[in-house]
This record gives sequence, C-alpha cells and structure tokens, in this order.
Amino acid sequence: METRTEEVSKKSKILQALEDQNTSVTFEDPLENDMILNMGPQHPATHGVLRLLIRLDGETVVGCVPEVGYLHRGYEKLAENCTYHEFIPHTDRLDYLSPMNNNTAYTLAVEKLLGIEAPPRAQYIRVMISELARISSHLMFLGSLAMDVGALTVWMWAFREREKQYDIFENIAGARFTTSYTRIGGLAQDVRPETLAMVAKFVDELTGHIVECEKLLNTNRIFLERTDGIGVITRDQAIDLGLTGPGLRACGVDHDLRKASPYLVYKDLDFDVPLYEGGDALARYYVRMAEMRESIKIIKQVLEKIPSGDIHAFKPKKVLPRKDRIYTKMEELIHDFMIVNFGVEPPVGEIYSAVEAPKGELGFYIYSNGEGYPWRLKIRSPSFVNLQSLPTMVRGCMISDVVAIIGSLDPVMGEADK
Amino acid sequence: MNAVIIDKLKARFGEQSIRVSEFRGELTLVVPKDHIVGICRFLKEDAELKFDLLADVCGIDMNTAEKRFGVIYNLYSLSNKFRLRLKTFTEEEDPKVPTVTGVWGTANWHERETFDMFGIVFEGHPDLRRVYMPEEFEHYPLRKDFPLMGIPGSIPLPKNK
Amino acid sequence: MGLEHALGDSFLTTKIDLAINWCRKNSLWPMPMGISCCAIEMMAFAGPRFDVARFGSEVFRFSPRQSDVMIVAGTTTFKMAKVVRKIYDQMPDPKWVIAMGACTSSGGMYRTYSVVQGIDQFLPVDVYVAGCPPRPDNLLNALIKLQEKVQRGESKGSFPAFVGEPKLNQPQALPIISG
Repeated sequence: METRTEEVSKKSKILQALEDQNTSVTFEDPLENDMILNMGPQHPATHGVLRLLIRLDGETVVGCVPEVGYLHRGYEKLAENCTYHEFIPHTDRLDYLSPMNNNTAYTLAVEKLLGIEAPPRAQYIRVMISELARISSHLMFLGSLAMDVGALTVWMWAFREREKQYDIFENIAGARFTTSYTRIGGLAQDVRPETLAMVAKFVDELTGHIVECEKLLNTNRIFLERTDGIGVITRDQAIDLGLTGPGLRACGVDHDLRKASPYLVYKDLDFDVPLYEGGDALARYYVRMAEMRESIKIIKQVLEKIPSGDIHAFKPKKVLPRKDRIYTKMEELIHDFMIVNFGVEPPVGEIYSAVEAPKGELGFYIYSNGEGYPWRLKIRSPSFVNLQSLPTMVRGCMISDVVAIIGSLDPVMGEADK
Repeated sequence: MNAVIIDKLKARFGEQSIRVSEFRGELTLVVPKDHIVGICRFLKEDAELKFDLLADVCGIDMNTAEKRFGVIYNLYSLSNKFRLRLKTFTEEEDPKVPTVTGVWGTANWHERETFDMFGIVFEGHPDLRRVYMPEEFEHYPLRKDFPLMGIPGSIPLPKNK
Repeated sequence: MGLEHALGDSFLTTKIDLAINWCRKNSLWPMPMGISCCAIEMMAFAGPRFDVARFGSEVFRFSPRQSDVMIVAGTTTFKMAKVVRKIYDQMPDPKWVIAMGACTSSGGMYRTYSVVQGIDQFLPVDVYVAGCPPRPDNLLNALIKLQEKVQRGESKGSFPAFVGEPKLNQPQALPIISG
C-alpha cells in the first residue's frame, strides 16, 4: 500500500514537471491518451502548404483541424488596385495546375458585368483550352495520388503527358503554364493550324497513356486497399459543407455547372457527367479518370466544329483593339490608351459568375462602382471550401489514410489561400 | 422564378424589410440583419425554393458613413438551378451579424474569412478565429483604410542568423 | 579535418579540398521547399524531361537533416517565413539556398501586406533564379552555377566547404573592376 502511494507520488512529480512545461499531453494512463500530431506546412504529401493538427488515439484519427493561410498573397486587395485587365495574370496563379481555366472564368465574369460576349471562334477556343487545363489538372491529381500511396512510376508517366501539354500551351500562348491567354472580349492571339494539329495528335494518344496508367492502378490490390472505403462522406454532408466538383459527383449528386447553367458553347457539345456512388477516395479517383475521357471527347468535337472568324468582340470602348490597328489608326490608339490607363469602365452593379473548374465551382463576385478598378472582387475558390470537408472525411481513419484522403480531395493551396 | 421568391418572402417577412434589385438577370435582396437567419432557413427548407447550397459568403466595405460593412450571401438551388443573392449591412462601430452556420455548415470557414478580412463578428459562430493572417495580427486587411503594402512591422520576420 | 589543420595550407590539402568540393558539387541533394506555382516547375525539373538526377541531385529529400541545398520555390508569406527559417536552421552545414522565381527573389508581382519582399530578408541566398515561373532549364542553369560556387568552396550562410581558415559569415568578395 505504501509502495503504491510512493509510486503514485513519484509519478505525479514527473507529471508535475511535465505539466509545468505546459505540454498539451496528459498521461493518466499511457494507453488511454490522445496524441496531437502536427502535419506541418512543410510536408511532402500535403499538396502545398497546408497544416493539419491531428488528434490521434493510437493510430486512429479522432479529430483534425486544418490551418490554411500560409500562402495568403492578398489577391482581393490587389484586385481593388488593378484594372480589370491587369488582374488577368494574377488569375493564372490561383489554381496553378490549370491556369487557362482560371483565365477563362475571370474573363467570363468581367464580360458578364460589361454585357459583352466573345465571338464564336473565341468561345470554341476557350472551351478547348479549359478542357486541356482540366486534363492537365487531373493528370497531376493522378500522379500525386499514386505517388502518395506509393506508385512512383505513374507520377513520371503523368508528367510525361503534362510536358506534351506544356508544349501545346507554349505554342498557343507563349508560356508553359502561367499563360494569361484570354482577354476581355476575346483572346490574346489566334491559334494557328499547326497548334490545332498538335492538339489533335495529343488527344489521340492520350487515351492509350491513361489506359497504361490505369492498368497499373485499377486492379492493384495495394491501391485498392488504400483508397477503397477511405474518407467517406455522405451526400447530405457534402451538400451541407459546400463540397463541389468531383468530390460531390463521387457522392452521387448530379451537379456540373457545364450542364446546369451552360456557359461558352457547352450546350452545343455532347458529353456526359460521370457520377459514382460511394463518396470515398476510390470513387473520386474514378470520377476524375472518367472526366478526363469526357474532356478528350469534348476537345475532339471542338476541333471538328471550330469556326473561322475574329477572336475579338467588336465593342470599341470595352475591348482592347488589335495591335496592328493601334499602330495605324487613330481611334484604336485612343481607345487603347483609355482602356490601359483607366480600365474598361463597367456600369454600377454586381454579378456572381461561376464556372466548373477541375476542382469544383470557381466563382467570381464582382461589385463595380463604375470605375476601371473593381470595388470588391471576391474569389470563391473551390479548394478552400473543399478543405472544410476534410475533418469530416478523416474522422475514424488511420494516420496513413490522411495522406490518401488529401490526395483524393486534391486541394491546391494557391487557390485556397488566395 | 424571381417573382415566386419575392412573393413568398414578402408574404412571410413583411413588405418593408426587403429591397429588391436586379442586374444582368441576377436577383439581389437586401434584408435587415436581424431577420437574416430566419430568411436563410426559410429559403433552404421551403419545398419549392430549396436553396441548399451556399456558394459564397463575402464581406464588403462600402466606405459610407452609416452602414459601412455588408455581408453578401450567394445561394444556389441544386434542384431548381437558380441563383440568389442576399445582402445585409451593419455599422462601422462594433459590426455584428448573426451567423448562418446553423443553416449551412459551409458558412463556418466563409464567416471566419470575413471576420479575418473585415472584422465583422458573427454572433453564435462556433469557432471564430482568423483564417489567413496569423493569430496575433491586429488589423483587418480588406478594409479600405488599410494600405495595400501593409504596415511595416505588423508581422515579425524571423531573425537572420 | 585534423590532418589539414596539422599540416597547414599545402599542396596535399589543396588537392584534397578540390576533391572534396568536386564530390560535394556532383551530389547536391536538394530539399524542395515547394510553396506555390514554382513548385510545379521544380517537379518538372525533377521529372522525366528535364531530368535533374543526371546532375547528381538524385533524391529530393524532404527531410532537412539529409539535404545540402534548399530550393525555395514559391511566394513566401510572413506566416510561412518562420517555417522556412526553422527548416533552414535544421539543415546541417555546409548548406546553400537557391531562391527560385521572382517571388522569392524580390516579392515578385505581389507588393502586398502579407508577402515578404525577397527571402534574403531572413535567409542567406546563394543563387537567384529569375522567371515567373522560371523554366526548368533556367533552374538547371542555376544548379550548374551553384555547382561552380561549391567547387570554389563558397557559401553565403554556412561554414564554407573548403578547409583552412573558416570565413565566418562574410559576404562573397565582389570582383574589383579597375580602370
């Protein structure tokens, strides 16, 4: 009895010393305590600078708090100080895996505010580059998810395909990935026939390469065990938490902005929206692989149907004129000067315009008070909202499943942190 | 669809409190902040309207003398495929708005972001802390009186060597 | 390195020092501090087309304890600066830093309240790479320049890599242009 109290009092002295150091771990019984683990901002598998504080009971995750903000660059404040055109390069760096898509989304929002519409050729090209950006983002997802669960070869193969896409982007816009290709009212420059031939060749070969990667993963027992039934989120939870994009479609909710409120020329194109039940990491993987195939279908249709014509809308005071006319004609010179210095001056009002980005619903809310600078520009980034559902998905899984779940959710911190 | 929403809301919440405006085919309703939770719950649970997806919550600094800060809710209905915008305003001194986290769970982080950027306190929010700036940061960046380049020394840098 | 201290600067030690620096330069293991868009170009730099493994950087060790050079790729905010500095301090000597991209060199296109205008405000940087983002071949060029620096035995922030008198935290001597 006395030795027991001695033992207890000895333990409590050590406990006292430890508690005096202000740790957050308590040891009433070593097998009955929770551990708090910090998956810090610098981590090979957190897809950028995401910090997770995970509470563990042994190896099972009991709770999780994500912390974002390590890449907050102040986009919204910057937008209040830039004209509408000057902000286009900043939109590249939002979801930096699919920059062409962000450019398209932003210029669509500003065009909605101004009430102008790009000509048909520009719209078809915008659809083509949005779908190419979607393929690029999903290839990166494939590579990262496979690398996170251990299949490094797939990452190399996905990057090989992405390098071919970078060649195409370089041909179209001049830069490998931060392209800033769209302009308000149209595009920066036209696409040459050689580039369209490159795109056609790329999509013809892509299906074969995707099948190669799938052969390594789809029936692989390790991959299936690491993703099947992991990170489950139910349909109601997903809608309540605002999850959009492939994560929502993997729960069985048929919501795709390309079909629900068609923008550009999506209503003239024939494609399906893949849906899977299950809401787990494997369903999200299947949805994205199927979406890549649908994007290939869309690009092939665009390549057949693309009309010839102008790529700038004809609205002299709102759309930047062509460079050769600026150098030779008087009115275009004046318009160019006014637009570059004072901005396109939209009417007073506010709009919210959303597109289907590869990660979810990318929305721009613009409040304009008549000047060339937006009064308020809010970016509704899909990754920020998708990360909010991470604690729900992670509860009950093991610590190594956290990596697979983040990989299947595919957040991009440049977008989540704005 | 516009007319249906306006009629239902006016029937339930009174004529004077809601101001309607429309621009480029989008409907915007300005509501007083005391009714915001009731209106949101009604819009979500009504069988015909069913606004079940809260797309976005943002703040705005109008820089006017009274009712300086506004909070804007962008709603979307998955079944009706329709968008709606709600706006509510609050004063500059001690801005407070009731939280809609009870209606849509996604409002949690959006309201934290609005608090971080503007300083608008959401009453009843389960976990109101900063999301982008460090915890110790004392200013609210998106207010119009905060400079773009920041205030030097407001966030400390680690020492060299 | 007691032998060299005992023998002093002699033919033998300078040859050993050249050999050691040659070994170091051909096996620089990077620690990728991939923060934003430049990280994607850094991944392409390690990818199949611009293969960096042929230059000796075979493994990208994500652990600072096992790496030589830290490639800071991406916009560094004030919140992240503390973390980057902590990781830098955990790297063993000799260590070098490559500041990749415009954002790390000088703040880039973000002159805002939350972005550090250049990581040399809190880290000693050896090579700056321009570009937004720099092409992977540009980054390979930077790695080769760093390799030349390693061969000469210089390092901005750590104990330098040659033996003899240790130069404590002195900046690199600039060439004197007379005339």
